[in-house]
Amino acid sequence: MLQPRSIHSSLGLKDKILSIDYILVISIFILGLVSILAMYSTDGGEFKYHTNSHILRFFIFFGMFLCLSFIQIRFWHSQSYLIYIVFFVLLLGVKYFGLTSSGSKRWLDLYFMNLQPSELMKIGLILFLAKYYHRISIENINQIRYLFIPIVALVAPIILVATQPDLGTSLLIAAGGITVAWLAGVRVKFFAFSGLAFLALLPIAISFLKPYQKTRILTFLNPERDPLGAGYQIIQSKIAIGSGGLFGKGFLQGSQSYLDYLPEKHTDFIFTLFSEEFGFFGSLFILLLYAVIVWRIVKIGNITRSSFGKLYCYSFATGFFIYVVVNMMMVLGLLPIVGSPLPIMSYGGSSMMAIMLGLGIAMSCRVYKDTPVN
Amino acid sequence: MLSPGSGSTVIKSKLISRRMFLLTAAKAVVMVGLVGRLVSLQINQATKYKSLSDKNRFREWKLAPERGAIKDFFDTEIASTEPLYQVHLVPENAKDLDNLFVRLKAILNIPDKKVSYLKRLIKKQKPWEPIIVSENLNWSDFSRINLFLHELEGVEPIVSVARTYPDNSSAHILGYVSQISKKDLQTKEYLKDLAVPGMSIGKTGLERKLDKQIIGKVGYQRYEVNAYGKRIREIKIDEGQAGQSFKTTLDYEVQKFTNELLKDKAAAVCVMDVYNGDIVSLVSSPTFEPNEFVHGLDKAYWNSLIKDDKKPLANKALSGLYPPGSTIKTLVALSALENKIIRPLDTFRCNGKIELYGEKFHCWEKDGHGIVNLRKGIQRSCDVYFYEVARKLGVDRLSETAKRFGLGKKVLNDFIEERSGVVPNTKWKKKYIGQNWYLGETLHSGIGQGYFQSTPLQLCLMTAQIANGGFKIRPRIVFDEKNDNLRNYLKYKNENPNEPLPTDLLVSNFNLEPLFKNQEHINLIKDAMFSSSNEPGGTSYRHRFQNPKFIFAGKTGSSQVKRFTEEQRAAEVKQENLPYKDRDHALFVAFAPYKDPQYAISVLVEHGGSGGKAAAPIAKKVIKKVLERHQLRRSVNNKIGEPV
Repeated sequence: MLQPRSIHSSLGLKDKILSIDYILVISIFILGLVSILAMYSTDGGEFKYHTNSHILRFFIFFGMFLCLSFIQIRFWHSQSYLIYIVFFVLLLGVKYFGLTSSGSKRWLDLYFMNLQPSELMKIGLILFLAKYYHRISIENINQIRYLFIPIVALVAPIILVATQPDLGTSLLIAAGGITVAWLAGVRVKFFAFSGLAFLALLPIAISFLKPYQKTRILTFLNPERDPLGAGYQIIQSKIAIGSGGLFGKGFLQGSQSYLDYLPEKHTDFIFTLFSEEFGFFGSLFILLLYAVIVWRIVKIGNITRSSFGKLYCYSFATGFFIYVVVNMMMVLGLLPIVGSPLPIMSYGGSSMMAIMLGLGIAMSCRVYKDTPVN
Repeated sequence: MLSPGSGSTVIKSKLISRRMFLLTAAKAVVMVGLVGRLVSLQINQATKYKSLSDKNRFREWKLAPERGAIKDFFDTEIASTEPLYQVHLVPENAKDLDNLFVRLKAILNIPDKKVSYLKRLIKKQKPWEPIIVSENLNWSDFSRINLFLHELEGVEPIVSVARTYPDNSSAHILGYVSQISKKDLQTKEYLKDLAVPGMSIGKTGLERKLDKQIIGKVGYQRYEVNAYGKRIREIKIDEGQAGQSFKTTLDYEVQKFTNELLKDKAAAVCVMDVYNGDIVSLVSSPTFEPNEFVHGLDKAYWNSLIKDDKKPLANKALSGLYPPGSTIKTLVALSALENKIIRPLDTFRCNGKIELYGEKFHCWEKDGHGIVNLRKGIQRSCDVYFYEVARKLGVDRLSETAKRFGLGKKVLNDFIEERSGVVPNTKWKKKYIGQNWYLGETLHSGIGQGYFQSTPLQLCLMTAQIANGGFKIRPRIVFDEKNDNLRNYLKYKNENPNEPLPTDLLVSNFNLEPLFKNQEHINLIKDAMFSSSNEPGGTSYRHRFQNPKFIFAGKTGSSQVKRFTEEQRAAEVKQENLPYKDRDHALFVAFAPYKDPQYAISVLVEHGGSGGKAAAPIAKKVIKKVLERHQLRRSVNNKIGEPV
């Protein structure tokens, strides 16, 4: 993606650089360093494959985030639909040319990396709906015919992702989209009705669930029902976190992960590993970093003048918060294991790419906060 | 929601901000919830999860301790341990189980049946739990396994220890060991921390009685393991503690000798030191092979044991119940003397039978013994004499004396297989049979038939307590250097013939418990027993010793299995001509040497016919053997008594 020529910009480069939210950048950078530390621990205290590629990805996508920050907000606005469509096409591509791994088809082989378009769709949908609600007038927001497009835009990718099957990501995509609609002012009544409709459809939806997904939900409700089977992950994760205590077992001393009791320790359970080694205070530190990041993005939304910017920043901040919270609740045994990465911390290129893309757009809202968008 | 007038964008912004505020509040709540959860897990429940994490990390493998040895009186091990070569298999370490079994089959010659059994076992248990492929390998097979070990991933050659017995001569009294069963785990408290897969515990006899101490302390190896159970490193090893060894009062040489003597008979022999109750020999026959029980019993062998009519598994000396027969006459006479029912020279006429209460009571001597006094009554074992005595004595007084001398209750008390027998009296019959006592039954009791039931061990104790002058002794089988009070007392008495202290005081000073009112009565019985064994006409006269060193005094007995019918009596059917199952049990009790009693013996031969013919010859040989070893035995005792 090339940097487009800024047409109406009155800002000089120096102003742009000065207007970046440094607290946000630094928080993300620290989080990145922490994630490298955690990754290094999962590799048993050596620079092995996971650590090395995580470092590489973090720096590449962190650089990308900084670059994207200087792209005109107008560009993002004008290309929103297109971006959504591109991501959607990629999702369709997964359906036909995707790579299958452990029973689900989620990835596209791009030779230099395996791309998971569903992660990108998290941002794509927010962008799409932010633009949509920016453009329609406030009177029309609650007109039924104006609800048609958002619903299609929301449901179509969700169905594609859910049938990969990847229940977790599809729910997270939905969360972002619904947030935009809510913020734009869609009536509470409407959400209530769709909630009821969803509940009514739930039994049918469950019948479409794969057996392993059903077990996951049952297991969440009672992890001890099969301690060596499906409940194993939740139990072991709780043991790891709980045994960390106040100060943790120490860096590289997490016996639960070192002895392979922790499942998926690179990806979904990276927080567990960190929490085992650094204890309650370490966990609080991570929570604090995420809280600062969310707070800074919300702050950008506050000072951005365009509805598009506000809708985007608030929704992205909320989405980001939900990704973090869902992952943490999952490893803390408060939610079923649905498979959702922890932003920036977890190993995984697509997730990192999507988050950095989202952050880049948010930062662009900051840099061009006063630029009107039409 | 819409208010016209202000700019649409501004309204929109306000709306968005308002809703965002709600969302932010929700986020704050969620954050508090997350922190709360962290507090709960990492602070409130940290201890619980830390221990769970350690449970994950560490896995312990228990090590079976070495069982203590059981030694005889001369420190010969009669139950010891030997190295045992086993092959274990840890399924998770094996790459290809099928292939591995093919190789193992070729090397160890395992039958197909066992292979399929092992495969089923593997499926049932955790992949890191070892299974035992071969329980007990010989050295050559074991070294072959070691030779091929590099091709046999997952196979572990293990050197362990197992119980071994030099022979089967003491199988009954030692008992046997075998694998812990589920029932053992439920019923035996001490096994809770001890149970190690494949460990053997005592099931009967001394092995069972001493199990708690002899078993030792389980050791363990603690490893750090990963989630797949693979051992990462050894954290700690505790070798455990070998079990305590025990010295018994048994004489292994006598055990072997007696066992050989009883071969092919259903019989039991019990030999006891009359002063301290040390059981020198206790043999039951036929015996079984205790080594067979150690490594899982062969089914065919087990069936052969169970089906054998001679009941090789039963310890007849402890758990066989037999009417004491004429051996009880010693106590009948003693009881009558003590209760002043008769005087030694009172006589009765024996015509071969008497008729009382409308019933005929026969003497074993069809033609009768003529005029019989106490001495002759015991010498000839005259039934009619004892019918008369018992009739006068009454069963309740008899039972009181019999109980005092150890009949009707367990002698050793901590052997599960020991039985207490029956000393009948009127109360007993009312309680257990629910009927009144018939006077005729008193007569049967007077010659040790009817309801009377006793074990050979009880009869031995009874004889020992007569032999030692009528003092209570507590039989024992685990060696205890103390408690030789009776010998000390006698020694003191010999050394101080003019002791002014009255006997009563002396006896209580030595902590003795006399069973008599007048010791002269005991001596009368001993003298009568002497005549039974050493004077012409005595029931065991034929088996006497000439050598004064070995002269013993005894009493024969036969316990009726089936009542002799009048027809059989008339036809003069001999015991030898009856079917084996109907023949009387032969009994013989004795003590020796007569002049200076040291040992008491009881011999039982099931369906042996008369005591004089079947049991006395065995007793004679055993007595000789025991007395020959007497000096040796005393020298061991004296050595122990010496101050260091």
